[in-house]
Amino acid sequence: MDSFQQTLFKLKRYWDERGAIIQEPYDVEVGAGTMCPETFLRVLGPKPYRVAYVQPSRRPADGRYGENPNRLYKHQQLQVILKPSPDDVLDQYLGSLEAIGIDLSKHDIKFEEDNWEAPTLGAWGVGWQVMLDGLEITQFTYFQQCGGIDVDPVPAEITYGLERIVAFLQGVDSVYDIEWTRGVKYSEVRLTEELQFSVYNFEMANVERLWRLLTEYEAECKELLAQYDKYEAKRRFPVLAAYDQVLKCSHLFNLLDARGAISVTERVGVIKRVRDLAVGTAKLWVDQQQEAA
Amino acid sequence: MNFLLEIGTEEIPHWMLPGALKQLAAMDLFGTTPQVDATPRRLVVRATGLPERTPNEEQIIKGPPISAGDRAAAGFAKKQGVELETVRKAGDYYELRKDVLGRAVRDLLAESLPAAILGLQWPKTMYWTGQNGPRFIRPIRWIVALLGDQIISFEMAGVKSGSVTRGHRRLGLASIPVAFDGYESELRKNFVILSSEERREKIEREAGALGAKLDVELLETLTFITEYPTAIKGAFDPAYLELPAEVLTTVMRHHQKYFSVESEPGKLASHFVAVMNTSGDREGLVKRGNERVLKARFNDARFFWTTDLDRALVDRVKDLDRVTFHAKLGSYFFKTERVKALVEELGGNANAQSAAYLCKADLTTEMVKEFTDLQGIMGGLYARAQGEPEPVWRAIYEHYKPLSMEDSIPATPEGRLVALADKVDTLQQCFRVGLVPTGSRDPFALRRAAQGVVKILVEAKLDYELTDLAEGELREFLLDRIKYYFREIRGFKYDEVNAVLASGCGTLADVEARLTALAAVRPTQNFEPLAASFKRIQNILKQANFGGSDASPDPSLLEAGPEADLHKEFERVRVATKDAGYQTALEDIASLRPKVDTFFDKVLVNAKDEKVRANRLTLLYNLLTEFSTIADFSEIVTAGEQKS
Repeated sequence: MDSFQQTLFKLKRYWDERGAIIQEPYDVEVGAGTMCPETFLRVLGPKPYRVAYVQPSRRPADGRYGENPNRLYKHQQLQVILKPSPDDVLDQYLGSLEAIGIDLSKHDIKFEEDNWEAPTLGAWGVGWQVMLDGLEITQFTYFQQCGGIDVDPVPAEITYGLERIVAFLQGVDSVYDIEWTRGVKYSEVRLTEELQFSVYNFEMANVERLWRLLTEYEAECKELLAQYDKYEAKRRFPVLAAYDQVLKCSHLFNLLDARGAISVTERVGVIKRVRDLAVGTAKLWVDQQQEAA
Repeated sequence: MNFLLEIGTEEIPHWMLPGALKQLAAMDLFGTTPQVDATPRRLVVRATGLPERTPNEEQIIKGPPISAGDRAAAGFAKKQGVELETVRKAGDYYELRKDVLGRAVRDLLAESLPAAILGLQWPKTMYWTGQNGPRFIRPIRWIVALLGDQIISFEMAGVKSGSVTRGHRRLGLASIPVAFDGYESELRKNFVILSSEERREKIEREAGALGAKLDVELLETLTFITEYPTAIKGAFDPAYLELPAEVLTTVMRHHQKYFSVESEPGKLASHFVAVMNTSGDREGLVKRGNERVLKARFNDARFFWTTDLDRALVDRVKDLDRVTFHAKLGSYFFKTERVKALVEELGGNANAQSAAYLCKADLTTEMVKEFTDLQGIMGGLYARAQGEPEPVWRAIYEHYKPLSMEDSIPATPEGRLVALADKVDTLQQCFRVGLVPTGSRDPFALRRAAQGVVKILVEAKLDYELTDLAEGELREFLLDRIKYYFREIRGFKYDEVNAVLASGCGTLADVEARLTALAAVRPTQNFEPLAASFKRIQNILKQANFGGSDASPDPSLLEAGPEADLHKEFERVRVATKDAGYQTALEDIASLRPKVDTFFDKVLVNAKDEKVRANRLTLLYNLLTEFSTIADFSEIVTAGEQKS
């Protein structure tokens, strides 16, 4: 039986063999691998790109103090972007499952419609959730729009839910019982983090200060975006830094939400504020790429 | 010649396939009747008896009029690329007769199929080869197109048509040469059951044998989500049976697509039946996997159930200010307050009012956040567990009903009132801020809400008038749904519905009673002719610009004979119908017919004497208004009109 990390090695190896850049996780908090610049920005524009990376994804509202066997504040995704999507992309994906030891001739695989949409990113696509013996193990999406911009060519995004897949492979009922590496359980690596962040996210995060931070990061982003037009050496312009501010805002929004601090009237407004930043950044990125080309 | 088209795709959403089949069946294939099939990965059209070539034809092209002269004729010939001599005169025009050779059907199909394929309508499409590429429901990966034993050659989305299909994703070959004959059996060998009927029967048979409680909707889903369905039975810990059956069934059916199993009618057993898209589960791996998933799901549900119960529904109501009803309309807390006020205004008792106050509180529970289709039901179950009286919890439980035209309305008076008020509030609020359905766009399901309002009002025989609930645009919208209900659901004729509603819309029970009477009297001999006469009266009054007054006709001005007779008859019927039931009244009104006919035969309404004329118009006006309170007969489409 493979450990958590051995399964990861195999998946990375598999996509390495198919020409993907193996990236390391992005170091700003994100709710999903999609939000990393390696996906959000790279899917824009005409340049072909293949990348795979594990992304720890933080969803403050999903925290359960480490008490729920299947729900986590922070879970690990393996995010794969294939741009343009190859004709046999689904077969390649199924091949990756075989590569980690799932004999598909003995299991039941279904592709069930699931269209992905991220309002804060102005992004959507069509695709499936992939069901293995009734368990959702992967989200597969053909991007159609990102940052309010139609993508061309169309990238395929494969997002593996790693804890679920490995719990399946190891035959354990709780993610905390996953063997991370020989003799070390998932709980030993991550349980403390789940507990402490649940306490922070739900009970102790300072709402007032979070609001202030949100406004500050937003201001920083806006200020940057506003300078682009007049900036001479476009190639040097820090669009990527502006995008980091968007991610900060998005995470703060999620925190405030988990804290129950966002009222109905505010909610729509805040989502729009974040989306405006994301869309603004995406536009500059596309423009900057064209300038550079 | 035999025709075979197979469009090979990535997995198409199951619920779209029946619609696609209908469109494929309507494909124009030289007058043949195609046989169509669909699985998630292929759309198939087969037909026999296609011609090899279309026949030669003489085409007649009409030219300019002869009066336009020789130069026009020369221009016409030039444009058509022929010598002037070939242009002939036919009547007042030049014309050109061309022999058009028939063409090979294979070539015609090669030209027309790409557009026919891409012309299929889907609820949502995507592009995959790039923005300028084709749009379809999911990427097209292979195409089989054969006429006889030859390939109909075309290319779309980078895919060349050919004669090679693919089998089941895991069990079949990835490359299978096929011909028209044996196509279906070749697929079967590769674990694809082409016929949806056959897949459905296989599921029904196998799942049925395993004790599944079959439900049509899930059966349909599974039929179109599989190419080779096989049913297996799994079990769960009987301890979970302590959870409400509604929760267990929802988890199994809606989230895991399992059939539930009953130990006796109405009682769940600790088993489920799953349908795989593969041929078997020899080692029991699939069974074990599904059992593990279900266990996790049930564990969540149990956790939700116990933690949700820790907080009383009544305490949750204030948390609703964080749950959006609609961005423009504020939170569910405000909605709750409005619904409660409306229930009170409509005369709801204390139980109905407290049900209204509690009915949305379950939106803050973990269970409903996870299993949204249980909203309302969970509220009812939590209310019951927390000791609310039965009329209250039942009303909460049922307040989303009816969910469709086929669904029943809530069973209790309190439930009906809360269900009504909730829907009316949604309609009022949405219309207030301009969220009005247009065409096929109805994102807030307002039609369904309105339909629910109508169904409850009619079937519960509630005493509210339409004007109590709606005004302006919303009133018109509801009227539309009322018409729809009586026509499509209840089967009344459209003109009967129009006639009754033209006489006003009070309570819907009254509308229903008038309609029933009208439909009963309509086939009687006098009715339609009288309706025609009423229409005539209306036209006469309109032409005379007779605005009408409350005045009665002056008996002294009535001419003896048909006019006086009609007046006498009018008085007789007026008295007779005064306290009569609708049907008796309508029968009485219909009995006016002979006198009305004679009147129009013998009496000239436009009399020379101004006073006599005015008096006659008054008589007709009285007749019309007095007897149009049940239905406006001029809306009835009579046999004579239908012909014209």
